[in-house]
Amino acid sequence: MAQEPQAIELRGLARHFGERTALRDVTLSVPAGATLAVLGRNGAGKSTLLRILATLLRPHAGEVKLLGEPLPRRAFAVRAQLGYLAHEPLLYRDLSGRQNLRYHAQLHRASEERVEQLLAAVGMAGRADDPVRTLSRGMVQRLAVCRAVLHEPRVLLLDEPRANLDPAAGELIEPLIGRPAGLTRVLTSHDPRSALVEADLVLGLREGRPAFVAQPNQLDEQRLQALYG
Amino acid sequence: MRTVLAVLRKDLMLELRTFETLPAMVLFSLATFVIFHFALGRATISGQLAAGILTVTLLFASMLAINRLFVADREQGGFDAFLLAPVDRSALLIAKAAALFTFLVVLEVIAVPAFGLLLLGPSLGPPLGGLVVLLALADVALAVIGTLVSAIAVQTRARDLIGPVIGLPLLIPALIATARGAGPLLSEHGQGFPPGRWLAILALYDLVFALLAYALFDFLLED
Repeated sequence: MAQEPQAIELRGLARHFGERTALRDVTLSVPAGATLAVLGRNGAGKSTLLRILATLLRPHAGEVKLLGEPLPRRAFAVRAQLGYLAHEPLLYRDLSGRQNLRYHAQLHRASEERVEQLLAAVGMAGRADDPVRTLSRGMVQRLAVCRAVLHEPRVLLLDEPRANLDPAAGELIEPLIGRPAGLTRVLTSHDPRSALVEADLVLGLREGRPAFVAQPNQLDEQRLQALYG
Repeated sequence: MRTVLAVLRKDLMLELRTFETLPAMVLFSLATFVIFHFALGRATISGQLAAGILTVTLLFASMLAINRLFVADREQGGFDAFLLAPVDRSALLIAKAAALFTFLVVLEVIAVPAFGLLLLGPSLGPPLGGLVVLLALADVALAVIGTLVSAIAVQTRARDLIGPVIGLPLLIPALIATARGAGPLLSEHGQGFPPGRWLAILALYDLVFALLAYALFDFLLED
């Protein structure tokens, strides 16, 4: 029987910014429907890894396959299947939430009904016509979640997805980006303990190099402290 | 086409919400005409002098739009959001050039009559049709080269400097053709239509740079 391709496959992945090595020797596989948590201190390479998977950065060495397609060569083929919740919301501050989402819906061939459905789901229907610059950071984050899942991607890349969200708002976005959504997810978090709860696999990065690739139950406090210490 | 219209609509909505670019272009042009009015010490001008002043003023005013064309996209993540979408990247070039072209047309609808009132001796009526054709071709050159230059400049720290430093030399042939074409139109008892060779040069220039921009733009968006 033919083996189903892994959702994400990295082999010897490396990326530099000038002299600085942002990522080096990253090798792992993430099965479809699983969640990979990427942990590490600030500057460890978490966001760089997400940007490579999002097809926004080219790897300088190694292989990257997303849904069986090699990157960056077949980036165009996977973009429709990818949702990326970046550190920045990727929304125009002077447009309203609805205008922003309709613009992204047009780029991703999603319907206006989907926009309205998402605005209602995250509790933003009432403020959808206000310029984004007038909204609180938590509200902007909820809109950013809508933008990331607008086109119903199969793979979600989540950079600090719950930043700026209170518990109630966190519950609103859970069906969209949480485990119930049933998507392949790669997430970073400033809070390793909450990330471990969600993860099936954990990549620890230290100065761009993998400190470990492990299942959450294989990680103890000591290993986590060593990563952040 | 759908992507081009989506990006164009978004850019026009942003301008309508912020009014960051067009009012600055219009005010710059009007102020320049007033400065020339007093600096030249003449009640009216005509012919090649008028054509030169009009063309150079519009060119410099367009630099304000060129410098700002991609700023919101760069500062607010619009570039990344566009690159994440499964769309042809050249749609961004076409949409941005169309937005810049629209800004230039709106500028000229206000600035050219103001030029006629403040500086120009001969009436603008008879040569208006020829001037519209000439300025439309010039606007295409400004829009295409301006978009290309702006896409390069916005990647750099000194983007406000890069735009004029790269853009103005590239636009010199278009400036010459526009000014020489407009000279006979703005002279006393002038022609109703610009000389064909200047129109042909502008059209050829538009075509060459449109093809060049189409070929290069993808590379400018790579990391």
